Amino acid sequence: MSDLRDLYQEIILDHGKSPRNFGKPESFTADADGYNPLCGDKVHVYATVKDAVVEDVHFEGRGCAISMASASLMTEVLVGKTEEQAKALFDKFHELVTTEHEPVGDDDIDRLVVLGGVRQYPSRVKCATLAWHTFNNAITGADASAKTE
Amino acid sequence: MPSAAAKIDTPVFDVDRIRDDFPILSTQAHGKPLVFLDSAASSQKPRAVIDAVRHCYEAEYANIHRGVYALSETATRNYEDVRENVRALINAKETREIIFLRGATEGINLVASSWGGANLKPGDEILITTLEHHSNIVPWQMVAEQTGAEVRAVPTNESGEFLFDRFEEMLTPCTKIVGVTHASNAIGTVVPIKDVVATAHARGIPVLVDGCQGVVHRGIDVQDVDCDFYVFSGHKLYGPTGIGVLYGKADLLDAMPPYQGGGDMIETVSITKSTYAPLPHKFEAGTPNIAGTVGLGAAIDYFSALGHDAIRAHEDDVLGYALERLRGLNDIQLVGTASDRASIVSFLINDVHPHDTGTILDQAGIAVRVGHHCAQPLMDHFDIAGTVRASFGLYNTRADVDALVDGLHEVRKLFG
Repeated sequence: MSDLRDLYQEIILDHGKSPRNFGKPESFTADADGYNPLCGDKVHVYATVKDAVVEDVHFEGRGCAISMASASLMTEVLVGKTEEQAKALFDKFHELVTTEHEPVGDDDIDRLVVLGGVRQYPSRVKCATLAWHTFNNAITGADASAKTE
Repeated sequence: MPSAAAKIDTPVFDVDRIRDDFPILSTQAHGKPLVFLDSAASSQKPRAVIDAVRHCYEAEYANIHRGVYALSETATRNYEDVRENVRALINAKETREIIFLRGATEGINLVASSWGGANLKPGDEILITTLEHHSNIVPWQMVAEQTGAEVRAVPTNESGEFLFDRFEEMLTPCTKIVGVTHASNAIGTVVPIKDVVATAHARGIPVLVDGCQGVVHRGIDVQDVDCDFYVFSGHKLYGPTGIGVLYGKADLLDAMPPYQGGGDMIETVSITKSTYAPLPHKFEAGTPNIAGTVGLGAAIDYFSALGHDAIRAHEDDVLGYALERLRGLNDIQLVGTASDRASIVSFLINDVHPHDTGTILDQAGIAVRVGHHCAQPLMDHFDIAGTVRASFGLYNTRADVDALVDGLHEVRKLFG
């Protein structure tokens, strides 16, 4: 079962079991629900974006190790990115998990390469991209009025 | 008397020989021998079915009910003969009570739309159960929305068993039809449908039974059970996809308006008015799945030759062994523990998501179903997103169960 180790690398098992930035933050400027009807996985992403820069990302939800780890890693790599950079990173990530060509490396995509094994499992690609789609929806749907609690 | 001597009264259920009848069972997945534990979703096909479909296309294919030429007459006869196979399988009174459709889903949609559309009004109630597959929920919701009726569901207990007393309580003067599964596809629970029908009939309420798993794992005598409608899909009964059956009592079907209009379901057509063909063709608009129907006939012949009692005894043995082995693993929780159950087992490994389990088992060549099994209300009842489901068909063995348990050890190893 050596192939499985490519999919379930230690980092994924770790983030899957102990996701970072998990839970609802005290304040955020945008949020969105994500749902994968195929497996019933649910994720809710909270983002704080100020002057077009992502300051914080949190998430809640339940799902498989791949979806939880992907969401967890996403919350880490997005901080400090402009919205444009975040979108570009999503595109690269999408390429990483759906195609054979490894995207041109930079520090951020290098951190996400652990999820590249998903490309061998077409039914699992959506697990890896769910949080990213949800983040994208959150910031695209965001308006000037910040949601703060 | 060599031929008489070769005949055996009680056929021995030789699973090794039976497995040889299913070509796919000798293939591999990820370089490992295939261990197929997803027959509740769709079963594999014996060579007899594959050959029958091929023979239909190679030698006996033409459109039916039309041609005056020999080939069309042969095709028509082959198609119509399967109605008798189905009638005998479920012990219906007449072949005109057997409607060929795409599958059980279409059968329920037909009844919900045609019977429901003609008989439901605001305030009426459609009583189903939380055990239902989405296909016995959504069509009722759709007709409820159109007619102003309401869908209610009988709950289950923590074992996933049908609660008969709650069912009786929930039958009200407003209840107009009952839709109930014969056996849960998600957790295997068998519902006492004969008692359900008797109780509903005592109040004058008709009953539709979703027999997708029931016809495979329990068998059905529709006259004995006295249900008004019974639906099942061919592909779960070792037949092709795209062919299924709606059984309905002739008087009910006769009184129902057509479901779809088109060719083959009419007597006469003018631009302003048409008259409809009698049963069963009234409900079979358009060119049907001819080869699929022939394949279904071959599947029923194959299944019946093995014998329902022998199949059930074998499946119960594999099921019992699976339950025993899974109960022996301390981090496995069984989801659904009904005392009367078909050979379907749903479970969870403590903190491992079913999709992760499914992927790891797949790498070992083991095909299981993971997720909500098209039974989200039942998953909500157990407060879970989904399960891992192993379902056993007539070709599964105790060795398949052993492979599953070995695979589960791998899951545990990886997730620590």
